[in-house]
Amino acid sequence: MVDVIAEEQKLDLDTYDGPILEIENLSISFFTRLREIPAVMDFSCTVMPGEAMGLVGESGCGKSTVALGVMQDLGKNGRIVGGTIKYRGRDLTHMTSEELRHIRGKEIAMIYQEPMASLNPAMRIGRQLMEVPMIHEGIGANEARKRALEVVTDVRLPDPARILDAFPHQLSGGQQQRIVIAMALMSKPSLLILDEPTTALDVTVEAAVVDLVKDLGKKYGTSMLFISHNLGLVLETCNRLCVMYSGEAVETGSIKSVFDMMQHPYTQALFRSIPLPGADKNAAPLVAIPGNFPLPHERPQGCNFGPRCEYFEAGRCDAGDIPMFDVPQDDRHETRCLRFSEIDWNKPREKSVTTEKTEVGKVVLKMEDLKKYYEVSSGMFGGGNTKVVKANETLSFEAREGETLAIVGESGCGKSTFAKVLMGLETATSGQILLYNQDIQDTPIEHRSTDTVSSVQMVFQNPFDTLNPSMTVGRQIIRALEIFGEGNSDQERRDRMLELLDLVKLPREFGDRMPRQLSGGQKQRVGIARAFAGGAKIVVADEPVSALDVSVQAAVTDLLMEIQRQNQTTLLFISHDLSIVRYLADRVMVMYLGHVVEIGSTDDVFAPPYHPYTEALLSAVPIADTRVKKKRIVLEGDIPSAMNPPPGCPFQTRCRWKSEVPGGLCEKEVPPMVDLSTGHQIKCHLSADVLDQMEPVIEIVGE
Amino acid sequence: MLMFILRRILTMLLTAFCLTFIVFYLTNLPPNLEKLAKTEASARMTDAEVESWIERNGYGQPLIVRYGEWLGVAPGWTNVEANGTLRGRCVDRAEDRENAARFCGLLQGDWGTSTVFRNPVSEIIATRLGLTGILMFWVMVLMVPSALLIGVMAGMREGSRLDRSLSTFSIATTATPEYVSGVFFIVFLASNAGVQIFKGTATSAMDNITFENFFLPVLTIALYGIGYIARMTRASMTEVMTAQYIRTARLKGVSFRNVVLKHALRNALIAPFTVIMLQFPWLLNGVVIVETLFNYKGFGWTLVQAASNNDIELLLACSVVAVFVVLVTQLISDIGYVFLNPRIRIA
Repeated sequence: MVDVIAEEQKLDLDTYDGPILEIENLSISFFTRLREIPAVMDFSCTVMPGEAMGLVGESGCGKSTVALGVMQDLGKNGRIVGGTIKYRGRDLTHMTSEELRHIRGKEIAMIYQEPMASLNPAMRIGRQLMEVPMIHEGIGANEARKRALEVVTDVRLPDPARILDAFPHQLSGGQQQRIVIAMALMSKPSLLILDEPTTALDVTVEAAVVDLVKDLGKKYGTSMLFISHNLGLVLETCNRLCVMYSGEAVETGSIKSVFDMMQHPYTQALFRSIPLPGADKNAAPLVAIPGNFPLPHERPQGCNFGPRCEYFEAGRCDAGDIPMFDVPQDDRHETRCLRFSEIDWNKPREKSVTTEKTEVGKVVLKMEDLKKYYEVSSGMFGGGNTKVVKANETLSFEAREGETLAIVGESGCGKSTFAKVLMGLETATSGQILLYNQDIQDTPIEHRSTDTVSSVQMVFQNPFDTLNPSMTVGRQIIRALEIFGEGNSDQERRDRMLELLDLVKLPREFGDRMPRQLSGGQKQRVGIARAFAGGAKIVVADEPVSALDVSVQAAVTDLLMEIQRQNQTTLLFISHDLSIVRYLADRVMVMYLGHVVEIGSTDDVFAPPYHPYTEALLSAVPIADTRVKKKRIVLEGDIPSAMNPPPGCPFQTRCRWKSEVPGGLCEKEVPPMVDLSTGHQIKCHLSADVLDQMEPVIEIVGE
Repeated sequence: MLMFILRRILTMLLTAFCLTFIVFYLTNLPPNLEKLAKTEASARMTDAEVESWIERNGYGQPLIVRYGEWLGVAPGWTNVEANGTLRGRCVDRAEDRENAARFCGLLQGDWGTSTVFRNPVSEIIATRLGLTGILMFWVMVLMVPSALLIGVMAGMREGSRLDRSLSTFSIATTATPEYVSGVFFIVFLASNAGVQIFKGTATSAMDNITFENFFLPVLTIALYGIGYIARMTRASMTEVMTAQYIRTARLKGVSFRNVVLKHALRNALIAPFTVIMLQFPWLLNGVVIVETLFNYKGFGWTLVQAASNNDIELLLACSVVAVFVVLVTQLISDIGYVFLNPRIRIA
């Protein structure tokens, strides 16, 4: 009897040509002791064979919950409370765990956000890969290993045989993610769920991984559900898109219609808060979405986006549940907005406040030939030979008062080391740092005067870890004031603290709150207030917004800009996100393997001639604009280890222009800094002719 | 690797040195010496006689010098008695009194003579340690597998009924000291008061080990450790079971059984491994009570005898052995850890 059913199902599978995945009115809730928390409500979407569906939204909007719902892996507290999830016409919600086991990995596979965490640290890569077909197809170890070799070659990893015998920690992040992808493809699934697959990776690695996923999707004919917060990435990878807000799908349709003819206020607001080419911090600043994301148990009645929406109409938008409406004259385009047909979507946004470009002042910080080397020992039990890691190599630049200098590069390029040396957490190996004409390169932070310490401050990447969880926000700011010797009495310091809260636009009551009561964006504001407590002249912002959601990013960036304008602060903005750098930086410094490879004004750096690395970096950044045409330059391989840098030019192992330089000069000599125009320098052997022939990487069609 | 082991051995020697000095100082306090004189010579000595006995037997020298003698780095004391016989630390021990060595201490392999057992200390230590070794071996055989099994079973489904009951059991066993559980077992399992399943005494196990005469002492020691290691394993297992790579495995379609056996187990055993190695020194402690309770004349029992009878040489030897057991097991634990966990490097 069982055999008959299995046989029938098999027939079904072979002849089935409907949607691969069909989610209808899905609602998922998590149950805590206190209450039921709805995470996803009334969610519907359909993925056709060979189609890639993007799921976009900010953190907490329920997109990962949808993915886990499809996998039927919601944990102990999560439960599907309504609706159906059909995979090839079979309802997943009613399957036994045994049936599910046959679908997981074989029919539906998943790729995760953190590749390191998703691979078993104590198991060799090969065994983890071989396991999949061995479970699902019952094939022998030899055959499985052959298959693993094939797939590892497919994901373009060098030396597959060696990789199969490696442990996960012996691979780089990009390689690990390729292994996770390979693992998902081992049994040739028909649906691939990708949950923020590139968030933990560098941009150039991200570009290569995205390329790979697209190609493999085509090769294997796999449908994809691509979850991301990055609209640019979704544009590059998907055919269709579903925007989620606070547990609901608010708009769904083809990429083209949602990007160019959006029909929901949230989608519009989202696009306005991300820095697209053309945005400018002075002339066309970003518009942050006002208000905060509602907590799951504090959702408003009616439209969830209502309280933050500029088109909100009281009495109508907050009257009752809003269903999805079909947008007429458009294929499968739906929106959850009552007023979508009344709103003029093409109306240009109201001119927001524009500001004058700030004048830059005198030089406040000057670095000359700064070098920082570390010594590390190798070998399993220490000892062994010591190796020198050249974290920073001949760093020279200057920063002026009121200027924003962006420092761009991928992980391991030495940008954080540089920040540590500047802050005094490390001392320089050689070279000079002049702060107001005072040498500080050899003075560790304990020996610096309060004045120096308070004038160079830092805003950290992760606002969640940098605040003391057991001290009120106000107390932490006052503590900073005490250390910097600001104010003569407790009362004075308290007043100053309240002023600082005003400065970062937090309500004064926040002074008495604990960090856990604050959202990520609010915590980052506290971090900024603390950095400015001593009247900092130079602020090093180390990826200050990369841990935040896009709509919050805009607000925090604007805040930084505004404080800079008021105080004439010099901002050293460390980032890997070129879109935001283009938006707010005056000058850009590009780093690779400890070297500054290009430095110049933002316009110069973002236009040809480029340094070959800058060119690749620019091409790798996904841009959420359908008008943008980019040249694809995919960098092969990984960043060489700083312990064992290549001879000659640091970038020569991955450079596509290398053949243009005669005599193999790139492999022999580190190129000198070449002046291209005033203040624009690159470290490259390419001749002026070749540089002049370079084409722009990013072009906006129709301009 | 070699440097690492060398460094560890150096630390070990230094620790042993300091520790024995402390024990030496404590056992050689004046009241102890007085007691020694009275047991060795005559209980009815006058204070003056005690004084002169101490003086004549070399105990009158400064502490450092005597510690040096014991260690074998200072020459043993000698003096000529009133009746003309030559006496001395090394002379008294040597068979050929005329040509006795100048040094006789730990370094020369001379551990001294026990005043309680009237036997060379090295001999006593060797036999007693051997007996305790047998006990420890069976404790480990019982304790480690059952503790890991309980821990893994409890940890693989956190909060389940199985977890709750196994956890309750582990807490109960760790919370019961050995002198309670030992007495409890004897009364209820080996005497007329309860079911007399186990017969014979552990003393007889010293010559002829059978399940009946040896299981109770083994169980008493093991039970305490089982609870402790099981708790550790459970904590480690529950943590591993929530790790992302376990979710990966589950969503690959791996069955629950294989998720536990192939993916979780090795990762979950890394933390308990250290704990298990820490059990060796702790076992040395545990045997003191249990061996006395069951009258099994092993290392723990010897330690008790030496301490209560102020047997200085034996006590010192016991502490040296204990220090080495602790430090050697820790060394093994650190090295084993590196091989168990591919990510670890020892710097």
